[in-house]
Amino acid sequence: MSELAITVLQFGLLLLLWILILSIIAAQGRDMMVSKRSRTRTQHSSGSTDTAAAPSSTPAAVHHSGQTQRPRPKRLVISEGPLVGTEIELGSTPIMLGRAQECTVVLDDDYASGKHARLFPQGSRWFLEDLGSTNGTWLGDEQLTRASTAEPGDRIRIGKTVLELRT
Amino acid sequence: MPAQHETHPRPRRNIELVLLVIALTIGIGAQVLVGLNLEDAIDQRYWIEGGVQAALALTFHIVLRLRAKYADPFILPIVVTLNGLGIAMIHRLDFTGQYEGVADRQLMWTAVSMVAAMALLALLKDHRRLRQLTYISLAASVVLLFLPIVPGLGQDIAGAQVWISIGPMSFQPGELAKITLGIFFAGFLANNRDLILLAGKKIGPMTLPRVQDLGPLFLAWLIAMGVLVVQNDLGNALMFFGLFVAVIYVATSRISWIVIGGVFVAAGAVLAYQFVWHARNRFAIWLNAFDQQMYDQDLGSHQLVQGLFGLAHGGLTGTGLGSGSPQIVALANSDMIIVAFGEELGFLGLSAMLVLYLILFSRYMRAGLGTRDHFGKLLAVGLAVVLVLQVFVVVGGITRVIPMSGLVSPFLAAGGSALLANWLIVALVLLISHAARRPIVVGPMLNTTGEGASGTEDPLRGRETGQQHPVQNDAVRQQHPVPAPGDGERA
Repeated sequence: MSELAITVLQFGLLLLLWILILSIIAAQGRDMMVSKRSRTRTQHSSGSTDTAAAPSSTPAAVHHSGQTQRPRPKRLVISEGPLVGTEIELGSTPIMLGRAQECTVVLDDDYASGKHARLFPQGSRWFLEDLGSTNGTWLGDEQLTRASTAEPGDRIRIGKTVLELRT
Repeated sequence: MPAQHETHPRPRRNIELVLLVIALTIGIGAQVLVGLNLEDAIDQRYWIEGGVQAALALTFHIVLRLRAKYADPFILPIVVTLNGLGIAMIHRLDFTGQYEGVADRQLMWTAVSMVAAMALLALLKDHRRLRQLTYISLAASVVLLFLPIVPGLGQDIAGAQVWISIGPMSFQPGELAKITLGIFFAGFLANNRDLILLAGKKIGPMTLPRVQDLGPLFLAWLIAMGVLVVQNDLGNALMFFGLFVAVIYVATSRISWIVIGGVFVAAGAVLAYQFVWHARNRFAIWLNAFDQQMYDQDLGSHQLVQGLFGLAHGGLTGTGLGSGSPQIVALANSDMIIVAFGEELGFLGLSAMLVLYLILFSRYMRAGLGTRDHFGKLLAVGLAVVLVLQVFVVVGGITRVIPMSGLVSPFLAAGGSALLANWLIVALVLLISHAARRPIVVGPMLNTTGEGASGTEDPLRGRETGQQHPVQNDAVRQQHPVPAPGDGERA
């Protein structure tokens, strides 16, 4: 093969290397911005619920009416405590909260029990249930005595950790 | 912000497939370019070798589709690119007459490593199971590190006693110790993190850890020094200690650990300089590389200086694969393979490869950031640090930023054990990233009070909403006494 063709191929190889890099960076998108995103979210958490949420889900007043067939909240956000800013994607299966390693959400909180509480879906709601924890689970200002609905924006307190559901 | 789309994480395996095709084109293309330049015709062998690489990569992709659907889509293409380029360069150096059949061996080891990584992916399933092996890993690490000095088994090559030979095969067990030590450090700190974090005296902006908490750090330092003294292996010692300091810093976010680690490294460096001839020699080469006497002497700076000349010869775009003379440098296909790339692919090519390493490192860290358990976080960070320290020590040594030591650039250099270890690390990180990105699945608990079981009625809801869902409530009551084990959506 001629020298020119080989030189062209050589440059093609270098070009392809950089194309690979650029396409990886393009495909990553905002993936690496995780910390920034969760930081802005935690600042919001004290005030309104979620910026990206549908307008129908304004907090408190509408919550307990249960009129609408709203979609079930899809995210669980830790708004206070050692793991602040962590976000958990919720599927359609129950999740377990606690300090034990086999929990779905492993809380790094000295005041949480090994298997502290459970969050499970029913219909368009998530229900929260205490699993006989030492320090109790609090929903808003009340300590849980039985499984109760957790609405988006309610403060779920486990030890020193506060969690919130988001749509 | 596409928040609604992100609520359901996408597997992104198709992106991986596209990137993988580009990666394979680069690897196999480089191989073919070597052939075009140094041989007249591209014979069947090239297509077989390329086919083997492509088949392996695609099988790995399929295994990921089946076993770890949500794993990071960028890791595999990057690694395949680097590995393919490595094979091409080793193949090119086989033509110089100094090396014989190394490329075939490298390809064979690539196959072995990738199959091992796939097996690990398929069998382990969840990285958290490794946590149970914390102390077994420590024992395994010590055994692996000190295996080469067992009489009759060890082998002394180029001043460093890091090899063992079993029959015709030689193997570097220290490479696997990277993984086992990573598991140990991650497991140990995931268990004892609170203790180390809470206790301690505060002096100024730093919180000093207690003396008894320093114990493990001291142990790690002793292991590193033991490796250094016994095996004459500067690079690995630095890497193991750096691994521990990085992991403990991430676990506690205390700057004091970095300071203490720095002090230990300085002390180690002084001790090594005083007592280990090998280390003193490396320092002398580093400081007086262009000294004529140093250049001429046996085990002198010839390799380093020729490497620098090679990099300079490459210039911006390189001489082209097969047109340079990288074989002048000793160990051009393992320790110094970065120089060979710098010469033949030039600054553009070599910097692209370094950027690939950087992205790979960031993907490892991303897996650690995303995962929810401590052990996984620390393990991913530890493995990321292992990768980046290797690259730093190798490239830093070659470019005379730090003294040269015996590490090799991951995935590029000839050497089966390093390749195997790095591919196993890839498998582990892919598992961790799968755990990080997959939607939550039910844990090992029974659904005793789930949907339809007792206690799900909310008194608040009953009061406020009245009888809005009488049908549903009836259904709940009817099922009341039955714990309904098949409930939930655990299909």
